[in-house]
Amino acid sequence: MNRQPRAVALISGGLDSMLAVKVLLEQGVHVEGINFYTGFCVEGHTHAIRKKDQKQEKRNNALWVAEQLGIKLHIIDVIEEYKAVLTNPKHGYGANLNPCLDCKSFMVKKAREWIDENEFDFIITGEVIGQRPMSQRKDTMPIIAQESGADERLLRPLCAKLLPPTLPEREGWIEREKLYDFNGRSRKPQMALAAQFGFDDYAQPAGGCCFLTDQSYSAKLGDLWQQRGSKNYELDDIMLLKVGRHIRPSENFKVIIGREEGENNFMNGYRKQFTHMRATSHQGPLALIDGNVSSDDLKLAAQLVARYSQGRDAAEVQIEVNEIGNETPFTLDVIPLHNDDIPQAWFI
Amino acid sequence: MGIHTLDARRLFCPMPVIRAQNRIKTLAKGDILEVTCTDPGAKNDVPAWCRINGHEVVSIETEDDEIIIKIAVGGK
Repeated sequence: MNRQPRAVALISGGLDSMLAVKVLLEQGVHVEGINFYTGFCVEGHTHAIRKKDQKQEKRNNALWVAEQLGIKLHIIDVIEEYKAVLTNPKHGYGANLNPCLDCKSFMVKKAREWIDENEFDFIITGEVIGQRPMSQRKDTMPIIAQESGADERLLRPLCAKLLPPTLPEREGWIEREKLYDFNGRSRKPQMALAAQFGFDDYAQPAGGCCFLTDQSYSAKLGDLWQQRGSKNYELDDIMLLKVGRHIRPSENFKVIIGREEGENNFMNGYRKQFTHMRATSHQGPLALIDGNVSSDDLKLAAQLVARYSQGRDAAEVQIEVNEIGNETPFTLDVIPLHNDDIPQAWFI
Repeated sequence: MGIHTLDARRLFCPMPVIRAQNRIKTLAKGDILEVTCTDPGAKNDVPAWCRINGHEVVSIETEDDEIIIKIAVGGK
């Protein structure tokens, strides 16, 4: 090759991809980062929504990592394309609704398309054999290379010595001997390499950076699909699953009740799309009603909303109801439900 | 040199960054892009993206709940 080899790196914002890039930069490779936004990324949204988190210094870890490494970062919106991955994963789901193997294959495939369009030579990831139970196993890693179409243009610098040589190694664009043989769930080798590179600040996401690995979130998504009778969703749907208490008293509707001011403000942006209600006699949260409701359903929802207001112990709470298609709100005077009257099964 | 605007209100990060990134691809060096956001995270993320991709943040102004980030497009 007459020019500097060029690689694109999948950047999650965690330590492994940061190290993988640094290893290649040390070998003189031109590296740029790529980060895919599926809509399920933990970063950003919930921190921005919750009032208590708004005072904390926020950073997008993928951007931060790119800046530390001195590389460009391209953030790609894959929300629409990702629906097919999530709703029909060829390799199934993990412990929750996380299609990790299909997801990684999809992202590497998108990276392969990107390098073809941008005249780059190969792709790198921070994958480590045995690090994750589904997508980072010795038997599944070749599947990702194959199904993405990246094949031998996919290099995992942190465990490359345990895998067959890839194109950049065989062509001599990089030295295989200067790659690594990390294996297993221990983080010690990565932390030692981070220290060697002088990285003393890096994100350590617990359980990954995707809402789909979260049991509670997956339960809400599963409920949404079940009630719709199909696995479709829009971005607003999956955003609303990130906020509030989701309580389903009946198959035909659920109530989303804000848990704090930031969530109430966020949900307020959806008030034109949902019948919504709020206590007027006492301080209380905003609630959105998702589904077709009868007047009895509305009364029950109002009693639930009263339960989560400051009037929970009052004899009666006034709830203002704004129905979709009815510009004039009306008031319901309700007795707040007692905790014992709310079956645990209602909580999604 | 042109002045362009981008409405990224009600979008949460990284969507304002993605929208700005995609819009800047269509602009010329020296053009100005004014991005209006409501997610406070954009105040960090948009400038970070600009720094690593060679664009300059000219100003960041806050009006009520809206953040207006003015970007001078650099060489691409």
